[in-house]
Amino acid sequence: MEESKLLFTKTHEWIEAEGEVRHCGISAHAQEMLGDIVYVELPEVGRKVKQGEEFVVVESPKAAADVYAPVSGEVVEVNGALDAEPDLVNKGPYTDGWLVKIKPGDPAEAQELLTADAYKEQIEE
Amino acid sequence: MDPTPLPLIHELSTPGRRGVLPPSAPEEERRAARESLPEHLRRREPAALPEVSELEAVRHFTRLSQRNYSIDGQFYPLGSCTMKYNPRLNEKIAAMPAFQGLHPRQEEADIQGILRVYHDLQEALKPVLGLEEVTLAPAAGAQGEFTGMSIIKAYHEDHGTGRDEVLVPDAAHGTNPATAVLAGFKVREVKSGQDGRIDLDSLRENLNGKTAGIMLTNPNTCGLFEKDIVEVARLVHEAGGLLYYDGANLNAIAGRARPGDMGFDVVHINLHKTFSTPHGGGGPGAGPVAVSARLTPYLPAPHVIRSDGGRYSFLTPEKTIGKLLGFHGNAGVILRAMAYTLSQGGEGLRSVADHATLNANYVLSRLPEVFERPFGDLCKHEAIVTVRKAQKEKGIKAFDVAKRLLDLGFHAPTIYFPLLVPECFLIEPTETESKETLDRFLAAMEQIAREMDEDPESLRSAPVSLPTGRLDEASAARELNVCCRI
Repeated sequence: MEESKLLFTKTHEWIEAEGEVRHCGISAHAQEMLGDIVYVELPEVGRKVKQGEEFVVVESPKAAADVYAPVSGEVVEVNGALDAEPDLVNKGPYTDGWLVKIKPGDPAEAQELLTADAYKEQIEE
Repeated sequence: MDPTPLPLIHELSTPGRRGVLPPSAPEEERRAARESLPEHLRRREPAALPEVSELEAVRHFTRLSQRNYSIDGQFYPLGSCTMKYNPRLNEKIAAMPAFQGLHPRQEEADIQGILRVYHDLQEALKPVLGLEEVTLAPAAGAQGEFTGMSIIKAYHEDHGTGRDEVLVPDAAHGTNPATAVLAGFKVREVKSGQDGRIDLDSLRENLNGKTAGIMLTNPNTCGLFEKDIVEVARLVHEAGGLLYYDGANLNAIAGRARPGDMGFDVVHINLHKTFSTPHGGGGPGAGPVAVSARLTPYLPAPHVIRSDGGRYSFLTPEKTIGKLLGFHGNAGVILRAMAYTLSQGGEGLRSVADHATLNANYVLSRLPEVFERPFGDLCKHEAIVTVRKAQKEKGIKAFDVAKRLLDLGFHAPTIYFPLLVPECFLIEPTETESKETLDRFLAAMEQIAREMDEDPESLRSAPVSLPTGRLDEASAARELNVCCRI
C-alpha cells in the first residue's frame, strides 16, 4: 500500500482511502514508538466495530497498546501471518504488517481522517 | 563485577562427593519408610541431585547472590516501587521464636498475641488512611486491589444500582484496569491534562448512570498531587460512584494527607512500599485494604476484632466478599510492618513522607538539562523526566540511558512509564538514601549526558560490564525458552 494513498487517525491508525474492503494497520511512527512488536491480538472475523472502538491490541516489551477502529464497519479478514511473525508490523507497517481488513459501514466517516501529509505534520508537533 | 557466566550447580557435580554424611538408618526403619509409601510413588532410581561439598555449595550460592542487585547492596531508584531500606529490626521481630512457632490452625485462645498484632496494626493504619476499618487479609498489593474493587462490586450489587463501569485515568498503574476487569467491571479511560493531572472535563464526560467508581493514585504516576481531588470526589460521588485509592504512592503523603479526607471510600496499600517490608518476587506480601463506614459489611473474612473484654477473635463480616486465601494474610509481613510502624511512630512517618519528597525534588533539581521536566520543577516523592529531545535529535533512547546506568553501577529507574510521557524515566529515591548516594547517582547521569554528545556508541552498546550484554528483549518475549533440570 502506498503511504500517500492512506488515511490516518490522530491515534496513529491507518486505513486505505478507497475500496469496498480496506486494509488497516498502525503507522510507521506508532510501531517505532512501541519498539519491537512481540504479540498482536486480532479481533474475530465478522465483528462489527464502531469508529474509535478498541479492536486490536499490539504488544511490545515496552507496552501493550490498544488499536482503535479508524472507521465503523465489519472486520472481514485478519492478518494471520502476525501470529507467527508479529514483527511484520515493524518491518512493513503499510505492507505485510497490516492488521485487519475492514468493510466500512459509513464512507462519510473516512472524510474526518487525516491525509498522510496532515498526519506527518501532527506527529512532528 | 566479573562478567564470566557461572556454571550451574549440576555442572559442578562430581560423582560420590558429599556435603554432609547423615547416619545410615537401620534396615527395618528404611523398609518401614519405603512401605509407608504406595508402590507407584516410590523412587526407582536415585534422585539426580548435584554432588558437591558443603564449601562448593556455599561458594556457588554466595557467588550467585553477589550477582544479584539488591537494596542491601546498591541504590535502587525504581519509580512507583518505593525501594526503601528494610530495617533489620523488622527481621528480628518477625524471627522471634514465639511468632515463628505459630500455626494457622491453632485455636483463637492460643494465638491471642498474634491476633493482637493484627488488631493493633489495623488500628494504627486507620488514622494514617482516615477510614473506618482496615483488613489485613489480602496477601499482596494486587490482591488488595482485587479486594477493594470486589467490595465496590458487592456494594453496587447489594444496592441493585446496576452500575458496572469503572473510570481509570490514562496515567494509572496498569494493574488498575486489569483489576477492574477481573472484578467484573468495564473500563473507561479518563484523559490527563497538559499538567499531568486528571482532566476534569474528561472526567465529567465519562461519568454516567453506569459509573460504579473511579480508581486513582494520589500523588499520581507522574509524581504529582491531584490538587483537584476534592472536586473529583464530589463529581464521582454525585454521579453515584465510589472512589478507589491505589496506595502505591502513599509514601509521599503518609502522615501529611489522608485518602479518607480526600473523599476515597476504599484504599489498598502495599506494606512492602510505605511500611518497609521486603519486596518479594511474587510474595509473600501484604496489601491491606481500608474502607469507609458504608463498606465495612463487605470486608473479606476472617476479620480480626477485639471484644470489650480484651479478647481477640476472628469475625466473618455480615455481607463479606469471602475468603481471599487459605488462612489469615501473611503474618510474617504484618509483623515486620508493625515493627516499622511502632519504631517510626506518627512523627517518624511524617518525616518519611517529607524526606522522600525532599530527595525526589533534590534529584529533579540537579539532573542535567537533557533530562527535560514535562510537568515543571516540583514533584512529590518521584520525579519524571524525559529524553524525548535526545531521542529525536541524536537517536538516544531512554532504554539506552537505562542500560548505561547499569554499567555505571546503578539500577535503572522505571522507564517508559507512565505511558503518556514518551522516553521517560520515573525516579523514586525514597527517604532512606543519603545525599552522598544521590550525588553519586547524579554524577552518573551527568556522565551519560556528556556521552550523548561525545560517545553515543557507549550508550547504544551498554551494558558492557555485566555478566550479560544487551539482551534481545523481543526475541526473549517471542521465543520463550525456559529449561529446568531436577
